[in-house]
Amino acid sequence: METILLFAPLLGSLICGFGYRIIGERAGQIIATGFLFLSCLLSWVVFLTFDGVTEQIQIARWIESGSLATDWSIRLDRLTAIMLVVITTVSALVHLYSFGYMAHDEHFREGETYRSRFFAYLSFFTFAMLMLVTADNLVQLFFGWEGVGVASYLLIGFYIRKPSAGAAAIKAFVVNRVGDFGFALGIFAIFFLVDSINFSDVFAAAPEIAETELEFLWTTWNAAELIAFLLFIGAMGKSAQLILHTWLPDAMEGPTPVSALIHAATMVTAGVFLVCRMSPIMEFADTAMTFVVYLGAATAFFAATVGLVQNDIKRVIAYSTCSQLGYMFVAAGVGVYSVAMFHLFTHAFFKAMLFLGAGSVIHGMHHEQDMRNYGGLRRKMPYTFWAMMIGTLAITGVGIPLLYVGFPIGFAGFVSKDAVIESAYAAGTQAGGFAFWALLIGALFTSFYSWRLMFLTFYGAPRGDKHTHEHAHESPAVMLIPLGVLAIGSVFAGMVWYKSFFGSTEAVAKFFAVPLQTEVHAVADGYAEDGKADDSHSAKDDHSEAYDGEKTGDGKGYDDGHHAEFGGAPGDGAIYIGEGNTVLDDAHYVPNWVKVSPFVAMLLGFLTAYQMYIRRPDWPARLAENQRPLYLFLLNKWYFDELYEVIFVRPARFLGSFLWRRGDGDVIDGGINGLAMGVIPFFTRLAGRAQSGYLFHYAAAMVLGIVALVFWMSMTGIN
Amino acid sequence: MDNLLSIVTFTPAVGALIMALFLRGDDEAAQKNAKWLSLIATGFTFFVSLFIITQFDPQDTGFQFVEQRDWVFGLTYKMGVDGISVLFVMLTTFTMPLVIAASWDVKRRVKEYMIAFLLLETLMLGVFMALDLVLFYLFFEAGLIPMFLIIGIWGGANRVYASFKFFLYTFLGSVLMLVAMIAMYVDAGTTDIEQLLAHSFGTEQFSLLGVQVVGGLQTMLWLAFFASFAVKMPMWPVHTWLPDAHVQAPTAGSVVLAAILLKMGGYGFLRFSLPMFPVASEIMAPLVLWLSAIAIVYTSLVALAQQDMKKLIAYSSVAHMGYVTMGIFAANQQGIDGAIFQMLSHGFISGALFLCVGVIYDRMHTREIDAYGGLVNKMPAYAAIFMLFTMANVGLPGTSGFVGEFLTLMGVFQVNTWVAVIATTGVILSAAYALWLYRRVVMGDLIKESLKGITDMTPREKWIFAPLIIMTIGLGVYPSLVTDVIGPSVGALIDTRTAALSAFEMSTQVAAGGY
Repeated sequence: METILLFAPLLGSLICGFGYRIIGERAGQIIATGFLFLSCLLSWVVFLTFDGVTEQIQIARWIESGSLATDWSIRLDRLTAIMLVVITTVSALVHLYSFGYMAHDEHFREGETYRSRFFAYLSFFTFAMLMLVTADNLVQLFFGWEGVGVASYLLIGFYIRKPSAGAAAIKAFVVNRVGDFGFALGIFAIFFLVDSINFSDVFAAAPEIAETELEFLWTTWNAAELIAFLLFIGAMGKSAQLILHTWLPDAMEGPTPVSALIHAATMVTAGVFLVCRMSPIMEFADTAMTFVVYLGAATAFFAATVGLVQNDIKRVIAYSTCSQLGYMFVAAGVGVYSVAMFHLFTHAFFKAMLFLGAGSVIHGMHHEQDMRNYGGLRRKMPYTFWAMMIGTLAITGVGIPLLYVGFPIGFAGFVSKDAVIESAYAAGTQAGGFAFWALLIGALFTSFYSWRLMFLTFYGAPRGDKHTHEHAHESPAVMLIPLGVLAIGSVFAGMVWYKSFFGSTEAVAKFFAVPLQTEVHAVADGYAEDGKADDSHSAKDDHSEAYDGEKTGDGKGYDDGHHAEFGGAPGDGAIYIGEGNTVLDDAHYVPNWVKVSPFVAMLLGFLTAYQMYIRRPDWPARLAENQRPLYLFLLNKWYFDELYEVIFVRPARFLGSFLWRRGDGDVIDGGINGLAMGVIPFFTRLAGRAQSGYLFHYAAAMVLGIVALVFWMSMTGIN
Repeated sequence: MDNLLSIVTFTPAVGALIMALFLRGDDEAAQKNAKWLSLIATGFTFFVSLFIITQFDPQDTGFQFVEQRDWVFGLTYKMGVDGISVLFVMLTTFTMPLVIAASWDVKRRVKEYMIAFLLLETLMLGVFMALDLVLFYLFFEAGLIPMFLIIGIWGGANRVYASFKFFLYTFLGSVLMLVAMIAMYVDAGTTDIEQLLAHSFGTEQFSLLGVQVVGGLQTMLWLAFFASFAVKMPMWPVHTWLPDAHVQAPTAGSVVLAAILLKMGGYGFLRFSLPMFPVASEIMAPLVLWLSAIAIVYTSLVALAQQDMKKLIAYSSVAHMGYVTMGIFAANQQGIDGAIFQMLSHGFISGALFLCVGVIYDRMHTREIDAYGGLVNKMPAYAAIFMLFTMANVGLPGTSGFVGEFLTLMGVFQVNTWVAVIATTGVILSAAYALWLYRRVVMGDLIKESLKGITDMTPREKWIFAPLIIMTIGLGVYPSLVTDVIGPSVGALIDTRTAALSAFEMSTQVAAGGY
């Protein structure tokens, strides 16, 4: 079943991409979509029936060289199962949606076939993404990793006539390659140490790696730290984290369904998936993980600030994605991988919906993307409006704080984002504290720009081209149905799966098939009075002390004295939680002000946006005028692109040109010509005659020369 | 068939001979006959060579299908293949029919053109099969002549400069190799490669013109061979003949040059330098690794600056050959497997890329990148094929380009992390130059007036690409097809080398202890 699930999209892609000449464009589209729905159905079956025990299915041999043995094979565990449903669900819906969105695209001329190509790329992307998450070894994961990169490249550059699309496509690919550079080195280092790149072997060797010192470049590193860091560079590229984030906003050049599928729900979360997948290594790399926390938090903050002032509707959502990915990395960085996956899971629903909603607006507004030309669209597009509203409620984190009825009440984003923020606080480290505040401010900004988007688009008076507004229309049903499905996910995904991702340690351990520590069970009953007796707590003792008061009084009903701890060896479950890592548990016992703070931030953001865009629409312009340098700084995305142009792009071109003209031309050719100065005039004379057709003569001379050499050699040699 | 190798080697030459003797005139019919005869000759060669690969036993790490007879002047004619060489033979026989088919539109001196290519095939096959030093040298050097002629007669405007540059570079290197071969004969008393592989050349340090030569005779021999192979490869900084040769050569010439001729250097390193001079190889390995790393970064940067499509791909070839030399001198299983794989894969990919250039050159008669743009509008099939090979060139997993790059990098990481890191930056740079080329040529709107009438690929052109596409993807998805064949032989090579090195270390330790 897993094999069918995996290859159905590839088959659909091939049939649609090559077979459309025979079966017609529309049939191709239908087949590709049909295969995806099949894949989606099977994914849900797998997800819901999966018992958590890791399965491995070998398909074929791949790269083998000496002790390196790489297979094409499927690894099915909880992480894979989660990703399967995310990918295939969003992808199937995006396929369906694209029937409407791509029906008449003004970037193409009448009679041109582009739809089959689009669907083929989408299906191919889905296949590559599935390969990524089902990989049983690092190299196959890398295959999927690069495969989605290519699909992304092709889809960003889908509007082939648009120069900006071509530029964005290359940028996306090359920046991702910078990440891949780190990823590849990480794989080499792992192979060097473990002599295998299969996950089972790598995970089993993780404790040993943590003890190993590795010579790398100028100094000696702790092997686990180095590998974790190198792999994270890969994750930074794919998940558009700070420094390597510049490609993501530009990627919005692609058609909107692509942005929803690739640049919101699936591909960009591959980095988070990688960090969670490699949790057995990451748990042994404290320094690297601290870096992950800082960088994730910084990205969450940075992207949120840029999102505040963007005018292109898709770019706002793109920066929002970038920011939310930062949240996920913070969760992974503080060691609660289940929460990182939780936010990934819920984010896929509401972010895909926001993008598809934006696509619906863009479609209805004849490809106008500037929000300054929107306004008052809620009456023209009621369904889209409600979908976007649900998405906004979800991303800003609307819910009822402190109420717990077996699970919290709130939209998906409320549940998972709060889980991230609480985890960051509960980490109790300096990085965690920094992340907590960065994420909190990020949440405020998120709320502001999300509501700004809503108010500018759907409220107020229509702005911009009158004609466009008159013809603004609601999208067809094929585009609205996916929105409806995603809306259900955006509302309920958080509440339904709360326990599995962020419940008690036992619940999470069961979901991810992680064994529990047996000793802890023994002392569990006495925990309320005597929790500190357990030695394995010692690592976190300092800060858990601080929450002791809350632990007994509060804790969302977990104070039944049963505090289990994750156990087992690395690789036993889908994720590995190191000994002494109790952040998940601690996160339930953070003070109440911490629990309420994201809600307050959300409210503040909403009120500010309401004040500025509904009550006093003249404020934003005045503020931009008053704070011009700050405004420009944000509008120009902190000038990252300009900086990179100066320090990377131009020097590379200059160097290339310099090496070619001076290096190859003057130094090497010049040197060799100089050496051969005596020979050159002779050859130019020859050349002059050669041109008149005597070349054969010189060839004959060469043959004679060689024969003479051999003759001489054989005469002197054989005696 | 105990003379299978000779049949394969000389079938093209026989075809050439028939043409030279019986084909008269230069009219339409004669041209057509020449083309078909060449296609049949190369096709038949490929067919017969299939017997070699099907009967080849990968587990046997010695030479197979060995033929040995006495020859003129007391020399020996000895041929044979092992796991390292057999696939190069296959690469050659596989590529040549495609090359002939790609030359269908040649108008000038067709008969001579075809003869040159057929002779070239015989000589190239001979290089990969020869098991005698003199025979190897003959094939190796004589192979220059047809190529020299192909560039010099059927090349572009600046062909004479390019062909002499090509000739000078490669020939000067070869002279040193000849001297080394004589020295080898003097030392070992035989020119039989099989026996030379078993012979251990002296490693006693001696002083030459006041310089202490570490590794002694081996180092001297190694350097002499290096001079020849490094040029052939080509390695930085003796690579500058290649872009010129490529630019001036006709399409088919470029394909042969990139796909097969460049592989002779790598093959030479594997056949001579590494196994025969293990100690010297070990001493010199850092030099080669660093030159390779520099080559990858340097030529990738230079490729970024190119305005001429063929030059760009030529520089990209040099960068890819950097991975090969790096892998060979990492001297572990992954490195050498990767290097051989990279050479084979580069044969398909760069061959296809030069054919891609040829397709539009035939239509527009220019290689200037700026003369193109927006071809996707008129040439969708071309755009798709060019995309595939661009991605393969970039080393996308799932294409054969990935496997070689990945294995060589993995191999070198175990030896020298600095070199590995520098070389890995090549994956970024290659993406930059290759995709930028693609964008400038294929993407965008078709604005240029001159391109309005351009037509998509003809069925003949598509058929030429089909086998290359199959190989590129086939080997990318199932590389065991190659690694199963080369693996055991490479393993044996490494074992012998390790044994030789530890013997050398023991002897130096004993020597040190003695004093």
